[in-house]
Amino acid sequence: MNTGFSQADLIAIWLTLRIATVTTLVLLIIGSPIALWLARTGSRWKGPVSAVVALPLVLPPTVLGFYLLIIMGPNGPVGELTRALGLGTLPFTFWGLVVASTIYSLPFVVQPIQNAIEALGPRPLEVAATLRAGPWDRFFTIILPLARPGFVTAAILGFAHTVGEFGVILMVGGNIPGVTQVISVQIYDHVEAMEYTAAHWLSGGMVVFSFIILTLVYSFNRRRKSSGGTYGV
Amino acid sequence: MSRYFSWGNIPVLLVAVGLANTAQAANITIAVASNFTGPIKQIITDFEQQTGNHVRLTLGSSGKIFAQISHGAPFDIFLSADSVKPAALEKRGLTVPGSRFTYAIGTLALWSPRPGVAVKQGAILKSGKFDKLALANPRLAPYGVAAKQVLQSLKLYRALAPKLVMGENIAQTYQFVATGNADIGFVALSQLHHAKGSRWIVPHQLYQPIDQDAVILKAAKNNQAVFAFSRFLRAADARKIILAFGYKIPQ
Repeated sequence: MNTGFSQADLIAIWLTLRIATVTTLVLLIIGSPIALWLARTGSRWKGPVSAVVALPLVLPPTVLGFYLLIIMGPNGPVGELTRALGLGTLPFTFWGLVVASTIYSLPFVVQPIQNAIEALGPRPLEVAATLRAGPWDRFFTIILPLARPGFVTAAILGFAHTVGEFGVILMVGGNIPGVTQVISVQIYDHVEAMEYTAAHWLSGGMVVFSFIILTLVYSFNRRRKSSGGTYGV
Repeated sequence: MSRYFSWGNIPVLLVAVGLANTAQAANITIAVASNFTGPIKQIITDFEQQTGNHVRLTLGSSGKIFAQISHGAPFDIFLSADSVKPAALEKRGLTVPGSRFTYAIGTLALWSPRPGVAVKQGAILKSGKFDKLALANPRLAPYGVAAKQVLQSLKLYRALAPKLVMGENIAQTYQFVATGNADIGFVALSQLHHAKGSRWIVPHQLYQPIDQDAVILKAAKNNQAVFAFSRFLRAADARKIILAFGYKIPQ
């Protein structure tokens, strides 16, 4: 039994890394404009939108999982849409987990980027605008370089949080090896099946992984701080 | 925080908790496998009405409850979905000797919430005209083991393997089918008490009997209300409820 990871464990690890990578990319693409808007807007919708983005922080994963199962199922609005597009339904698929993880990890990506942009203040963008820089130009030449630490933190946290996801995936995944059976679900199964040695290997790996990731984030942020300015202003 | 909490208060708190427990001596706490949710709620209602005792119910997968009991969870009776786990607890000396008995024999059903689905005799399984088939994880759940045995008896397990989705327990398996995310699924017949749609009650010769055993745990050895509940579970009223939900009963 003491041979480390089983074949199924390795498949679960590889799958988890793939889901987390794809989810992180999707999150940066979706999260950046949301963060940008939240950082700049004076709209009365800022409160409600911020609340929606932060909901996954406070809702139990079971609530998200339950509603995703219904909404993405064949009788739900998203399920009807994906079926009409010939994509089938999302639960029990790789992309279903990416969608679920994107919603679940959204605040972990939006909030660091938003904070970084808010820390820049309006000046750099106003100056750029007077120099006739368009919105895309401003994003890529001003915001992205100046708020880079925020984007890096967001990407790391989004990735790590997706790797650590459990409840939502348990509810919409269906535990299919190589498709939806991620590390956390595999650990749960090992424990339930009383295979504690196997559970220790994966759990210990997760502890080490999470420690390294968080150490990276904190030392990265501290270095930025000591070299003047939290977000590189 | 420190204004409201000090370590000096701990003994006071412990005494208060202890008093609360003795004041409600006729409380019993039972842990029940999720497939038995329907009948146990009715049985508890009857028991409370007839005896005045109060029953606290914990529902979950047998595997999780087993692990919790092994680590000291304060349950008085455990109603498992199998016979293996109560026997294992008995072997570890965590139960009242001689208190183990089979309270129900589970029946497996193939179900779709939609009417007119060709589930009878497993026709739809042979035709393969479906997208996903849900079953409980055979590694963890007795009803999953039975479902796998049925597919093996029908010589379809290998062919259908890519279409299988697994619930962690029979309640989640039911949920996958009820929400339409799986077209059909092997669930416990007891879960279909109020459910509509198409069902096939799988013949018992296609799988090993799902003997569901109950056992009284050591902590309850002096609690008469617990023994009363154990007897109540075998009495005529409870048997009637258990049978009505589609279980069989030994003898």
